[in-house]
Amino acid sequence: MFPFIFEWQWDLSHLVFMGGLWYALSIIGLGITYCVIKSVIDSNKEAGAGEIEHH
Amino acid sequence: MTTPAIPEGVKRCPTRKFVLWLAVVGAVLLWGVYAMYLIWYKGLNQTNMNDAYGFALWIWADLAVIAWGGGAFFSGFLAYIVGRKEIKHIINYAVIIGFICYSSALLILAIDIGQPLRGWFIFWHANVHSMLTEVAFCLSVYFAVLAIEFLPLVFENPKLKRIPFLHHMGHNMHEVMAVFAATGVFLSFFHQGSLGGVAGVLYGRPFAYREGLFIWPWTFFLFTWSAAAAGPMFTILITRITEAITRKKLVANSVYQFMGKVSGWMLLTYGIAKIIDTYVWATQIAPSMGFKLMDFYSGNPVYGIWILFAEIVLGTAVPALILITRRGRENGVLLFTAATLAVIGVGINRWAMVLQVMAAPLLPFEDWYMYSPSWQEVATTVLPFAYGLMLISLAHRYLPVFPQERELNPGN
Repeated sequence: MFPFIFEWQWDLSHLVFMGGLWYALSIIGLGITYCVIKSVIDSNKEAGAGEIEHH
Repeated sequence: MTTPAIPEGVKRCPTRKFVLWLAVVGAVLLWGVYAMYLIWYKGLNQTNMNDAYGFALWIWADLAVIAWGGGAFFSGFLAYIVGRKEIKHIINYAVIIGFICYSSALLILAIDIGQPLRGWFIFWHANVHSMLTEVAFCLSVYFAVLAIEFLPLVFENPKLKRIPFLHHMGHNMHEVMAVFAATGVFLSFFHQGSLGGVAGVLYGRPFAYREGLFIWPWTFFLFTWSAAAAGPMFTILITRITEAITRKKLVANSVYQFMGKVSGWMLLTYGIAKIIDTYVWATQIAPSMGFKLMDFYSGNPVYGIWILFAEIVLGTAVPALILITRRGRENGVLLFTAATLAVIGVGINRWAMVLQVMAAPLLPFEDWYMYSPSWQEVATTVLPFAYGLMLISLAHRYLPVFPQERELNPGN
């Protein structure tokens, strides 16, 4: 799975296979990270707007 | 005032009745869980598999549910990539069905490997020359994609929606859903295909072996194609059954007809490809390995030529011909029949490529290996169906799965 695992070889099969896996995982990870960060920002904005109204 | 757990504007059965229903399904589920415990605790000797017959009932179930769950990726493709608005009325349910199918597949694999605590080996020490490694990768990552597609719907539950972070999270995930859907299509193409590739590369088993394109046997493409064709039919079938049980109209006819039309043409083109593949295999590949067609369909009590007829004619050609005609699609009975036949057809295909492959004799002195499952195998195969029923029941009750439900059921 990683280059530091003993059976890893820098050949086309490993690069294509593992490259594909990490490509997919990266897209998913970045997408979720974006959603989480934006949701925190949106929630804080909403909370801030709520406090201003309250005051 | 407390927020109700049931979505606004829809009616659901009394809680007592619902709990009773869950108890009945739960009892079946527990039977499966007990069998699963026995297999994990005592070993794979609880099954009727052995070194000669290593792929059996639950691997058929694994391949079948993955094919049936193909409605999720194909509906996602049509909704988010192609931009067909009709699909948005059924995409939630397609995602739930896909989620159930893929979680069931992973559960079956966890049981099949016998020592699930070592399941991570297939990632950590991946054999990059194996079709099954590719299947494991794509199945796991696609299950994550399905969970991501399911979560916004869960966050729509009235009680959860009141939590600001979850409300915004659901909204923001919707905004970028096309990215996840596209990733899902890419992953599904490969794992659906690789399951076909598992059979097609077996050069020691003439019944399954196929030539192909580069490293991919033709069964790779046939499996992806049949999953994309029959998966939406499974979604339609489950939706119609849900409508019958709940006595509500959940999806407009135009949605069924659009999905039926797409599936019909996919089934027709798949059927033509399948017939060509079968003809080439029967007349060139199998004879080159010393076998005639009827060697695979005679000399045993179960696998006759009827199974090829059932798969290609009844399970592919008939539903395709119904669905490509407007009259066929607009007739509720014919549409339901076509959906049922297509779902059974792809199930027969997966059965043939798993169980018949293992049963067919290879050497002149060998006989057909007739296998029957143990009760533990039956119970662990029934387990995903009970789990699916439970999850569908909970989702239908507590989540706004069908956007058109209120407008199609004004009395409620």
